[in-house]
Amino acid sequence: MDTSLTVKLRILADAAKYDASCASSGAPKRAAGREGLGSTTGAGICHAYTPDGRCVSLLKILMTNVCLFDCAYCINRRSSNVRRARFSVDEIVNVTVEFYKRNYIEGLFLSSGIIRSPDYTMEQMMLVAKRLRRDEGFAGYIHLKTIPEASPWLIEQAGLWADRLSVNVELPSSQSLRRLAPEKDSASIRTAMGQMSERISEAKAERRRFAPAGQSTQIIVGADDTTDEGVLAMSAGLYDGFRLNRVYYSAFSPIPAASPVLPIKPPQLIRENRLYQADWLLRHYGFTVPEIVAGGAGGMLDLEIDPKLAWALKHRERYPVDVNSAERELLLRVPGLGKRAVDRIVAARRWTTLRLADVARLTAGLKRARPFLIAADHRPVGLTDRLDLRARLVTPPRQLSLF
Amino acid sequence: MASHHVVLSRGADLAGFRRAVRALLAASAVPDDVEWSAEGAGLFGSEALPDGPPVALPRAVGELISHVVCHSDPERYALLFALVWRIQMGERSLLEVASDPLVHRLALMDKAVRRDLHKMHAFLRFRRADEEAGAERFTAWFEPDHFILEAAAPFFVDRFRRMRWSILTPMGSAHWDGSELAFGPSGRRADAPPTDAFEASWRGYYESTFNPARLNPAAMRGEMPRKYWRNMPETAAIPALIRSASSRVEDMLQREAAMPTKRDPQKAVAAMANQDPETLDALNRIIAAAEPFVHGGTRAVLGEGPVGAPLAFVGEQPGDQEDVQGRPFVGPAGQLLDRAMAEAGVDRSRSYVTNAVKHFKFEQRGKRRLHQTPTAGEVKHYRWWLIRELEFVQPRLVVALGATAVLALAGKALPIGRSRGSAQFLDGFAGFITVHPSYLLRLPDEAAKREAYAAFVADLVQIHALAASGDGRTLSAAE
Ligand code: SF4
Repeated sequence: MDTSLTVKLRILADAAKYDASCASSGAPKRAAGREGLGSTTGAGICHAYTPDGRCVSLLKILMTNVCLFDCAYCINRRSSNVRRARFSVDEIVNVTVEFYKRNYIEGLFLSSGIIRSPDYTMEQMMLVAKRLRRDEGFAGYIHLKTIPEASPWLIEQAGLWADRLSVNVELPSSQSLRRLAPEKDSASIRTAMGQMSERISEAKAERRRFAPAGQSTQIIVGADDTTDEGVLAMSAGLYDGFRLNRVYYSAFSPIPAASPVLPIKPPQLIRENRLYQADWLLRHYGFTVPEIVAGGAGGMLDLEIDPKLAWALKHRERYPVDVNSAERELLLRVPGLGKRAVDRIVAARRWTTLRLADVARLTAGLKRARPFLIAADHRPVGLTDRLDLRARLVTPPRQLSLF
Repeated sequence: MASHHVVLSRGADLAGFRRAVRALLAASAVPDDVEWSAEGAGLFGSEALPDGPPVALPRAVGELISHVVCHSDPERYALLFALVWRIQMGERSLLEVASDPLVHRLALMDKAVRRDLHKMHAFLRFRRADEEAGAERFTAWFEPDHFILEAAAPFFVDRFRRMRWSILTPMGSAHWDGSELAFGPSGRRADAPPTDAFEASWRGYYESTFNPARLNPAAMRGEMPRKYWRNMPETAAIPALIRSASSRVEDMLQREAAMPTKRDPQKAVAAMANQDPETLDALNRIIAAAEPFVHGGTRAVLGEGPVGAPLAFVGEQPGDQEDVQGRPFVGPAGQLLDRAMAEAGVDRSRSYVTNAVKHFKFEQRGKRRLHQTPTAGEVKHYRWWLIRELEFVQPRLVVALGATAVLALAGKALPIGRSRGSAQFLDGFAGFITVHPSYLLRLPDEAAKREAYAAFVADLVQIHALAASGDGRTLSAAE
């Protein structure tokens, strides 16, 4: 690959790396046709991990980091002094195909700064996807970031080629958006999300192909002072209102060319992690936002312990629960027991009576679950009343940041 | 002392194991009586047991076996046979008892094999070394933990079907020539090309996509253990990335926010707001260049008629003739519409005629192209264009011909029979609902046809009068 292209690739990968919503999941399984290239496996594959522990799955780049907008949190805003570059449609198609053939990537995640107009930019991005599918017979994963300010027909067209479409809400309140991203507007973001959500479910019902891997979004955490409660309430609203597949949380990270209106500080990685755990409880464990937030204080999650444990410690009267008889919903509320472990418990106890050693083979989280469980040979006498229970269950946070 | 000695071939000998299980169960062998060895040359058993009948097992058990035979643990066959035996002895649901020590151990082995498969799919890297004929050829060297090559290969066929490739491992090799998959003897690292023209840019990408402010090497190693690194070109960058991370972050935190060095592109920012097509022609160019939202349609059939026409007729979609000629309402239904319009005194050349869906949706049956009704979702894909089109034309009255047009204009399905007549459409258009002329063509009985045609002409007379009296909302807005 020629060096000028390699330089551009570095610039445009660097510019795209703050977007965390780049998993390659959710696409229906498909394989390459005779002359085709590419497949999707459902869950997606991480082809490498960078030293930040993040998965490298899709080739995540911007078409260009030139941008007419001026979003304060973004390294590509027009007032930033960052070095600029732009890929042509052909160049992106070519790099994607060549990387794909070497098994470096699952596909393409394409976003862009806004040049000339939202429509022009969106059309160029749509053309990349169209060329990959039509001219290259590419059956790998394509995720297009849609530009909410672009005309609706472009979203309609983009969904024909992409597996996933997404718009980032970025900031958890419309006031923050107004303040920090003056050209953006939460109403148009919502309109675009609504349009995509409708088309995606209609196509599913009619068995047509339109963004089959659905829609996701990203919320930046820590660039404004919205509480965790505010963030989670926004997520719950998005899941309900737009049937999003995923909300990604991205701790606001210092960028090389920072804006004066935002604090320059290390990213709140633990907070981000707790929000992911809370999101999980919201979607898979039957928790509501008020319940989750009640585990912490002042609308913020407890940073020392995970939100399920935090909730359990404040509701000790509900424990211990009996692994051999408790309902599924109750077991799901036991710290340390994941969904899979609960499924295994429910299946196994139909045939046998579970002792503590059996439970140990069903979950990796027995240490945390133990004080909350009754098994055939185990009853945590008074353990849930112990004042130091919390201290005993707090694991010192893993080294998550440098500081 | 073991009374049966089973020798299976090296690697994942699923066929051999199946044969052995059948024979052993037929001979009423119990697990303790069987000794397994997995290092044979491929012939079943040193003693010749007679073949047994097939053994029925729950599906999940079959899947578990197919994975666990790939495991490198020499005990795998003994453990699997113990499982099969217990199931045969009556514990049909044994696999559901995940707490059982045997099931637990097999589940861990299953997981290890799946993980190995997954990591092979993820971390294998192809390098290109072309053959003399100039045909692209890719080769990879990979070192799996378990005997997974055969289980892993179909993934690469599905994904890289049009390429020619070889995968070399210390435990055999796989080769795809574009149509057939073949397995061969073990390879050596040196048999794969030493590098690839794209590795430098891939490493550059890897370095750039890393965010030093989130450094967490332990998490990386958890997912991508060191043992894989030597066959992954990008990992050479890891030590330097880790080393420089803290100083890069320190630098970002220390640096003052800089004032922009470029002038604010105010004009460009202002110009950005005017992106909508400014004329009907500009809109039509967009529609003509776009991909159909329905299958079929070789080209977009655009609306026809003057901007400012008092009447706009909206049909369902172009048909066969319209698709051939590239003009709306020129087929049999269009001819009928022409006749009826003429009888009602409506001048087609002064009216605007278009369709809700711009492409001919059809299914090919031999030489015939069979019309298919667009779905509600497909109609919505076209809706934004239709509304913009009508906004350019600014008719006094929009006539919906048939159910699809009603769906597009009213935003919901309405029964034509009961809604026939004046209507208020979305986006402020004064409307009128009547049948589609193709409905008249489809009526089987002549009397009904005549009657329906007369009613259609009567509608057109009324439409004509409404447009002439000018009580549409768009008109009053324009005045
Ligand atoms: S629109 Fe805002 S977030 Fe997107 S690239 Fe431009 S400045 Fe960054």
